[in-house]
Amino acid sequence: MTVFPGSTGLVLNEPLLWERGRRGRSGFSLPRRDVERREVSPELSGEAPDLPEMSEVDMVRHYIRLSQWNFSVDTGMYPLGSCTMKYNPKTNERQCGRPGFAGAHPLLPEDLCQGALELIAALECCLAEITGLKAVSLQPGAGAQGELTGMLMFHAYHRHQGRPRSKIIVPDSAHGTNPASAALCGYTSVPVPSNASGILSPETVAAVMDEETAGIMVTNPNTIGLFEEHIKTIADIVHAKGGLVYGDGANMNAVLGLADMGRIGVDVLHLNLHKTFSTPHGGGGPGAGPVCVSQPLEPFLPVPRVVVRDGAFRWSEDFPLSIGKLQAFWGNMGVLIRAYSYIMSLGAENLKRVSQLAVLNANYIKARLKGTFHLAYDRPCMHECVFSDKLQQPHKVTTLDIAKRLMDYGFHPPTIYFPLVVPGAIMIEPTETESKETLDLFVESMKAIAAEARDNPEELRQAPTRCTRRRLDETAAARKPCLRG
Amino acid sequence: MKDLSELKFPEELNYVDSHEWVRTEKGRARIGITDYAQDQLGDIVYVELPAVGKSFAKGAPFGSVESVKAVSELYRPIAGKIAEINSALENTPEVVNTSPYDQGWMIVVEPSQPDELKGLLTSRTYREKLKG
Amino acid sequence: MRYLPHTPEDIAEMLEVSGTPSLDDFFAVIPPECRRSRPMALAEPLTEWELNAHIDALAGRIAVAPEFKVFLGAGSYEHFIPAALGFVTSRSEFSTSYTPYQPEMSQGTLQAIFEYQTLATRLLGLEVANASMYDGASALAEALLMAVRITRRSAVAVSRAVHPLYRRVVRTYLDPTGIRVAEIPFRPDGTTDPAALGNVQELAALAVQSPNFFGCIEDLKAFADGAHGAGALLVAGFTEPLAFGLFRSPGSLGADIACGEGQSLGIPRSFGGPGLGMFASRMQYVRNMPGRLVGETVDLESRRGFVLTLATREQHIRREKATSNICTNNSLCALTAAAYMACLGGAGLRELAQLNHDKAEYLKAQLRAAGISLPFAAPTFNEFVAAFPAGFRDTHRRLLARKIVAGLPLETYYPELPGHYLLCATETLSKADLDTLVREVQS
Repeated sequence: MTVFPGSTGLVLNEPLLWERGRRGRSGFSLPRRDVERREVSPELSGEAPDLPEMSEVDMVRHYIRLSQWNFSVDTGMYPLGSCTMKYNPKTNERQCGRPGFAGAHPLLPEDLCQGALELIAALECCLAEITGLKAVSLQPGAGAQGELTGMLMFHAYHRHQGRPRSKIIVPDSAHGTNPASAALCGYTSVPVPSNASGILSPETVAAVMDEETAGIMVTNPNTIGLFEEHIKTIADIVHAKGGLVYGDGANMNAVLGLADMGRIGVDVLHLNLHKTFSTPHGGGGPGAGPVCVSQPLEPFLPVPRVVVRDGAFRWSEDFPLSIGKLQAFWGNMGVLIRAYSYIMSLGAENLKRVSQLAVLNANYIKARLKGTFHLAYDRPCMHECVFSDKLQQPHKVTTLDIAKRLMDYGFHPPTIYFPLVVPGAIMIEPTETESKETLDLFVESMKAIAAEARDNPEELRQAPTRCTRRRLDETAAARKPCLRG
Repeated sequence: MKDLSELKFPEELNYVDSHEWVRTEKGRARIGITDYAQDQLGDIVYVELPAVGKSFAKGAPFGSVESVKAVSELYRPIAGKIAEINSALENTPEVVNTSPYDQGWMIVVEPSQPDELKGLLTSRTYREKLKG
Repeated sequence: MRYLPHTPEDIAEMLEVSGTPSLDDFFAVIPPECRRSRPMALAEPLTEWELNAHIDALAGRIAVAPEFKVFLGAGSYEHFIPAALGFVTSRSEFSTSYTPYQPEMSQGTLQAIFEYQTLATRLLGLEVANASMYDGASALAEALLMAVRITRRSAVAVSRAVHPLYRRVVRTYLDPTGIRVAEIPFRPDGTTDPAALGNVQELAALAVQSPNFFGCIEDLKAFADGAHGAGALLVAGFTEPLAFGLFRSPGSLGADIACGEGQSLGIPRSFGGPGLGMFASRMQYVRNMPGRLVGETVDLESRRGFVLTLATREQHIRREKATSNICTNNSLCALTAAAYMACLGGAGLRELAQLNHDKAEYLKAQLRAAGISLPFAAPTFNEFVAAFPAGFRDTHRRLLARKIVAGLPLETYYPELPGHYLLCATETLSKADLDTLVREVQS
């Protein structure tokens, strides 16, 4: 009798912060006052803000209880396609927490922060080597900001060529941030469909590529988990008409040490450090979205950049064609330190192994679930595989029901209803850090759910029943938004 | 989501491919979205409508309908000026789901090209198109 | 390798089930012209113990308290962070979870962010706050884009007393949009000149920071009236939210959007990131707001719960018509800020803000008494500008060797202010530290 991870246990109720607390309590040790009090003039001074007053024990209990309502990578498997929810190494937390890093002011004179500048330079070097591209900026604070950086660089490049262009080719399987980032630069997205095999055809791209098109945004491997086999030809087609190739590197976990983005012809690639490079997702962030670029795009990188001068690391703004700045300072240093620690801990061989095992894990799941669920593309996948709810539709069970029921078994659901090109998509990315036993339990759970869909579909429609909450009324939340207490 | 046979398309109305319906009322056109559209969208949470007096061309987007997980543009079946909008939808967007042809109406238009009213689909043709 | 659990037996079994002879075969789909021609040239992997030593060596070459006395603010502030705070925010259920798209198993994150949104609105005096943006600078850029969407006008005015690096980010974001960015000068007292506002046509928004880059408190009420009179929105920026423990909130003074940097609220400086882009506005503009929003609702058993809501504004649904492209935000930092505000409480925040103010006032008084010029007369919070005599650049450099960073030289940002330095004094500097600085700058 299989014992699944999903279980019940005593998890405590906890009210909202301001429903706790009482006037006069405090959870903070106020520093000793050693200077005189200087009253602020009454016109400028306001009321003390209405913040809850709690003792330290109440504050700690509040957050510990809330944390127990969350599922996380440290709790169990989180097979979200295209999110790469791999294990977040704890040594990385130790490294970014070192007082020298945690307490560093960003505007320290260069001689007083050589350690930070050296890490930035070293990480740039690592990412350039890993991607096969020439130069790197660590400034963008997330993948979407990396995309924006790329689009701004496209814009600056074409303007510098004297021919500003107005369109960007975006595959219909692209992540929503792609057209949104292009729009922020004033580009019109030109959608192109994938072919029957789930990848882009050169002919489709050639049909829309012209001198008004700034370039193409391609995710490779794509959002369905397939390697874009024609990517080099497509890059050549775009380059031939003076366009540029933007690579969305969200799925880099499949091709570390294997694909060479520079050889492929990518001009700007963003990486998601919170995906491929193991930094934690934080319940939504912070992440980091560095960009790696080819030689022709290097002059347009954000500033300042770290350079070596007279044997020391220095900031340089001497890049007149730079697009400027995306964040006030230099990027999410705390996240960069974690990614650097990860790369230094793994080395080249292990990073390649990461991709090999990530792809193995996904193909193993694909082989074991094929037939139980409808496989969207019956061909070898990379680090993620896409199923759908087609076989469960006769029982009036949807992808949503399957996802909700999986929670009761003790797994986070896969990505659902994305990419849009597969109706009812269930996209599974196990990552390389899950063991065979965990994958087997996941497969058994999915098979059990498929059987429930057939024999007892109402069980699925009522799921989840073991989480701290049942299904929530999202319609009411949107019709009458209550966004604060 | 409902089966096509369960959806209603009143015969006295006209339809367009972008799933809006038109009711002619003494030379003016009352417009909303069809039972198929509201069923596809799911629970509607918000309807964005233009200002009274604004003019649009045929086929132009004039607003949008939102459910929790999707947003759909609304397209003009005919050209003309907006004479009235259904401001009740601001507080009760759900009537588009429960009564798409009656209380869920969205705009009333003064057609600038009355001939366009003749080129619209009948209930039967619209249903046929949905089957295909 | 401890993060890769596969044994050779595991791999063999799994290959067999997958019907693939070897790991390399999975990658046959990658054409030769797309492949690496040689292995990655990275350093040999370090053991955990070697990594500790390597990182310690790097961290050891950065100047931090208590060894160094760093009198720098300028958008990044040193504040005490309670031990209890680090304990709760490092719970891996918070840090290793994903965006709460599956709300039933993410109520911890969702309630915590709903609490953050609430506390942010109370601090800033506005009606709705989002779940965070990247930092204060990108938040400002997004606020201006939001104002342009709302008013459908094509120009914005930004005070020159807004943080110079924020203004550069605004220019980068707005460059391809065709939106005109006009600059409003500052007056001799260190505050923005309201008279200059009248010159700007087709104004969508006026952006003023308070306390501004020079630490001076701006008359936001006057700017709100001016902006509204011109049919524009007032965007009130900030880099030091602790100020609102003492001074009137931007919302109470008429700001339509308040946005800025929340790093002071319990987040380590960390060489400039990750920080916390705080973003709040009036409720009437919520559908134009960028970023995620958490809303309250009920579940099937009528129990209160929380979900992401109004998602149709965002990129994953609206795609190219989204209010922003933002996806990943700074959620864990927002949670940290809420927990910090909960530690302090309203009275505690006020007292801490008062202390910050008083430390800077003490330093100002001592510098004045020592004959140092303080050119800007406007009231300040915890930073201010001092104009040192000619030759101070050498003194400043000499003081670095004595482990004192005596302020930020302003000349690169404001060429018209040579010899001017921005000094910051928070609760982390003692009276003795302040006295030492005063003594040293005169030597």
